[in-house]
Amino acid sequence: MPENLLQIGLRIAIVVAIFSFAMTMSAALIWLERRLLALWQDRYGPNRVGPFGLLQVLADMIKIFTKEDWVPPFADKAVFVLAPAVIVFTVLMGFAVIPFGPGIWVVDLNIGLLFFLAMSSLGAYSVVLGGWASNNKYSLLGGLRSAAQMLSYEVFMALSLMGVVALAGSFSLRAIVEAQAGLWYVIPQFLGFIVFLIAGIAETHRLPFDLPEAESELVAGFHSEYSGMKFGMFFVGEYLGIAVVSAMITTLYFGGWHGPFLPGVVWFFIKMMVFLSFFILLRATLPRPRYDQLMAYGWKVMLPLALLNLVVTGALILAFE
Amino acid sequence: MFSILKTIWLVFLHMFHKRVTVQYPEEKQYLAPRFRGRIILSRDPQGEERCVACYLCASVCPVGCISLQATEDENGRRKPEFFRINFSRCIFCGLCEEACPTYAIQLTPDYEMADYKRQNLVYEKEDLTINGPGKYHDHDFYRVSGLAIGGKDKGEAENESPPVDPKGLLPS
Repeated sequence: MPENLLQIGLRIAIVVAIFSFAMTMSAALIWLERRLLALWQDRYGPNRVGPFGLLQVLADMIKIFTKEDWVPPFADKAVFVLAPAVIVFTVLMGFAVIPFGPGIWVVDLNIGLLFFLAMSSLGAYSVVLGGWASNNKYSLLGGLRSAAQMLSYEVFMALSLMGVVALAGSFSLRAIVEAQAGLWYVIPQFLGFIVFLIAGIAETHRLPFDLPEAESELVAGFHSEYSGMKFGMFFVGEYLGIAVVSAMITTLYFGGWHGPFLPGVVWFFIKMMVFLSFFILLRATLPRPRYDQLMAYGWKVMLPLALLNLVVTGALILAFE
Repeated sequence: MFSILKTIWLVFLHMFHKRVTVQYPEEKQYLAPRFRGRIILSRDPQGEERCVACYLCASVCPVGCISLQATEDENGRRKPEFFRINFSRCIFCGLCEEACPTYAIQLTPDYEMADYKRQNLVYEKEDLTINGPGKYHDHDFYRVSGLAIGGKDKGEAENESPPVDPKGLLPS
């Protein structure tokens, strides 16, 4: 019995650790993004509050908590309040299936990958509902764009991952990582990796695919009407989203915790940071495409590429068996 | 496609560029010698106020931030009774300095004037007047002008000939 209790205690400790890791990550990312953007734009970024400006996030948090939390009188109140919670909830659920190291996961589902895809799709509801409930034309346009973007990018996002599943023979993320002990899937699945990377950026509404926000055209898109911590939730959700997508890329294509000398968790973290930085680099570089360009790109280029990848992978697996 | 990758690479290389930010309170930017900042009122070498309250600065000011009232002292020198500059309006164009016939009003390279209250940005004569001659060390308007004031009659200014008696018969 005490052995069992120890097991349960360990599980709870891991859950708490991963949850705090995710939350710290999203806060640290805000700082990292501002500093890196500044670095690539020949500026300094926040460097006044605390060492290297690290406490800037804390200052922002205090500010955002003390702000007036205003619900517009014309908004659909229940949905308006619910929407920001949905995005944080779904993204945190996505963290549950990610294996951070050998034995370090909240749950090892045998359909882990599908669970992640389901959760990231549910996250889209947050944006769409937020845009709808705000009852504001800009918000609605943002929500509309988000819906269209999700529809076109979810399809090939899932398809691009099927190559990995076919190679590993499992939907379980732990099994996929273990199957990469010899060779990281980025080599046999390079096309799939590129497609998933682009879909992942679109999934998290990051630049260059931040059409639902589009500050220059839509004020702030779907969260125009949000203030205080409700806005903060969207913000945290977005950063958690990039973290989870980076973790997924690491898990699926870059061997997860595999790596020499250092412990697995450290390797996972290093790989994840590389992709996080890459997302920020993309933000520093690329302009936002037009709405129709985004759709055309998704359906006419990325979807055929994902299908091609799947067909070729399937054919090769059959040929070598 | 290639151009996108190239752009990403070029932005990445900016990591190794020098940053352009000037870390303001610690580092300060270079100021041009004729930088136009806080306005002052100077005194002549004798320590008297240079301003003769001619209103030219107030008239030329494009935002109308200067207000003053002329008065005259016992020596017949014109002086401002009050002289007020509203620095929350001032655009530091320097036209007042150009217009001033006595070099009284001058712009200095001080720009650190931020304040928490608007009212604190309204500077009175006491706040504006400095204890020195500013940029023109030896200039004394009353000593070079032909105007008679107490202690200096007509013809006693620098480079000034004694007044001609128009009714006299002698050649001047």
